[in-house]
Amino acid sequence: MAGIYENGQGADGANSGTPQLGRIFEHGYPGGPANGFGSEYPNPFLKQHIVYANRDVPNIRELAVYRQHGGYEVAQRVLTTMQPQAVVDEVKKSGLRGRGGAGFPTGVKWGFIPKDIFPKYLVCNADESEPGTFNNHEIIDLNPHQLIEGMIISGFAFGATAGYIYIRGEYAYGARVLEQAIAEAYAAKLLGKQLWGTTVDFDLYVHRGAGAYICGEETALLESLEGKIGQPRAKPPFPAVAGLYAKPTVINNVETLTNVPRIMQHGADWYRSFGTEKSPGTKAISISGHVKRPGNYEVPLGITVRQFIYDVAGGIRDGHELKFIVPGGASSPWLINKPEHLDVLLTWDDMAAAGSMLGSGAMIVLDETTCVVAASMKIDEFFKHESCGKCTPCREGTHFLTKVWERIEHGHGRMSDIPLLDDLGKQMSGGKCFCLLGPSAVAPVTSALKFFSDEIRQHIELGRCPLGYNHPPVAAHAVEGGVHTGATSVLAR
Amino acid sequence: MLKDKYASEIAQMLAKYPVKNSAVIPLCYLAQDEYGYLSIDHLQEVADILQMPYTDVYEVATFYTLLYTDPVGKWVLQVCDDNPCCFTGGEELVAELETQLGIQAGETTADKQWTLQRVKCLGGCHGAPMLQANLDFYYGITPDKVPALLETLLQQEQRGTMSISGRFAER
Repeated sequence: MAGIYENGQGADGANSGTPQLGRIFEHGYPGGPANGFGSEYPNPFLKQHIVYANRDVPNIRELAVYRQHGGYEVAQRVLTTMQPQAVVDEVKKSGLRGRGGAGFPTGVKWGFIPKDIFPKYLVCNADESEPGTFNNHEIIDLNPHQLIEGMIISGFAFGATAGYIYIRGEYAYGARVLEQAIAEAYAAKLLGKQLWGTTVDFDLYVHRGAGAYICGEETALLESLEGKIGQPRAKPPFPAVAGLYAKPTVINNVETLTNVPRIMQHGADWYRSFGTEKSPGTKAISISGHVKRPGNYEVPLGITVRQFIYDVAGGIRDGHELKFIVPGGASSPWLINKPEHLDVLLTWDDMAAAGSMLGSGAMIVLDETTCVVAASMKIDEFFKHESCGKCTPCREGTHFLTKVWERIEHGHGRMSDIPLLDDLGKQMSGGKCFCLLGPSAVAPVTSALKFFSDEIRQHIELGRCPLGYNHPPVAAHAVEGGVHTGATSVLAR
Repeated sequence: MLKDKYASEIAQMLAKYPVKNSAVIPLCYLAQDEYGYLSIDHLQEVADILQMPYTDVYEVATFYTLLYTDPVGKWVLQVCDDNPCCFTGGEELVAELETQLGIQAGETTADKQWTLQRVKCLGGCHGAPMLQANLDFYYGITPDKVPALLETLLQQEQRGTMSISGRFAER
């Protein structure tokens, strides 16, 4: 494999040799802010990072530097002095909940693995693809060894002897970073057989996806990893019993696994000193859209939405005001600009009580210039594109939702479209779809109808956007696939 | 043939999995880098290496967005037009690229240099407007930076090996 630090790209994340690249475009992390988007601003709510620990240490993605900062000492201590069950118990006690969206207690998940079936697998879900979500690839790009150390400890806890990191195909850079980090770890005997002289074996591999959001659904991910198209499996059997290659498998999110070394280093009580009783710890939250400082910020769970948007991300861009928030990825019901919503605490339970969800911690903030119809259309276009085609309500429903939004957006809406959207939404939710992708497409529908029905009605009556936004019609073949030959390039040499 | 030319890389891929079929995506990436896209013959070659039915490989190649079953240009420019990029400059970026390249999104220039596509969220929302060129992210591409971006990519092409699947670094 070609080294990732080649071609003038400094290992410190700066483009040393080819300045005309990164400085203009800020591409990749090389050339972007060295420690990730958002790292250049003060974080008023967290003095000590857990997930983005050592974010400010240059070259932390190199094994030597990671080890200078105590790297792999926790894994060594755990594997050489502790019983696996003690690790499970400590993580259970810490209250760590899955960071991928569902918030299921991690230690409990590990506890479902049967003792007497071999081999067992640990799969890291790095298929981060939901619109607005970008916190996982920053962990991978900047600090891959903390994830690898987390996987060694987690694998040990329930007896996995092999791990796979399923990373979305678009994160080619992240995959190369991981490949390099894993190669370094193997060379230093931190992965492989008989780690630290014990009988514990752990092999780790990177597996790249190829562009399919559905593969973030854990059973679709397993199908994809087995070389099939990514369509979800019927449960039961659950992956804990029959997962990858029909063997017991735990699927954990990148951020979840990255928490594990720090929990085992400082203990469950320390971990619980962050966050709330039912949502302990911190959460890396991605914020994007019309805010002053888009980026990734790690905050203790339990601060308010308002604090996050205004105190951490600097508030809405100058001269504009907040319209609505998609708070937990595109599939989450929206919050709007009113005190009851802005004062909701960022925890799984509080967000759910407010009618939304914490999800993957991906906050899209949009201001008053945003057309609600266009925003809903784009979200449903996403779900239409990503529907795997397995079940009818989702495959057809996402298609029809998009079609209705498109005709309203382009001035051909009918008043009967409003009850039609509502009806379509009902037909796709309430357990009628095979997995959660279908109902996710209903979130913008219910939210838009609930909070902005006047604007939608106005849009239909006027035959255009009342805000003056005009989304260009997009030909079906413009999105992926369907490649046609056009005119000669004006830049042809 | 891939199996001769890349024997050791293929052996490494297969060694990662207890079941051969798992290597279908990595092998499709390899074939795509070698041949530029995945034709029926190329997919048959992948199927032969894995001893998998051709139809199963075809099914995979047509399911995933990043496996190209139609010819593409040397540079595949994929612009994120999803939420929130479409409200923070993504649409302007698509329009500017269409003008500069003289093609519509979804098309390839006649000289097979550029393919322009709209894609769904790439996870680069903090650097919007953004795109990926052969799976490398470029953040903050406002329309005024498009000529310099295209120039940079052409320079990169002169310098090194190309990998439309992002298997190795090219910058």
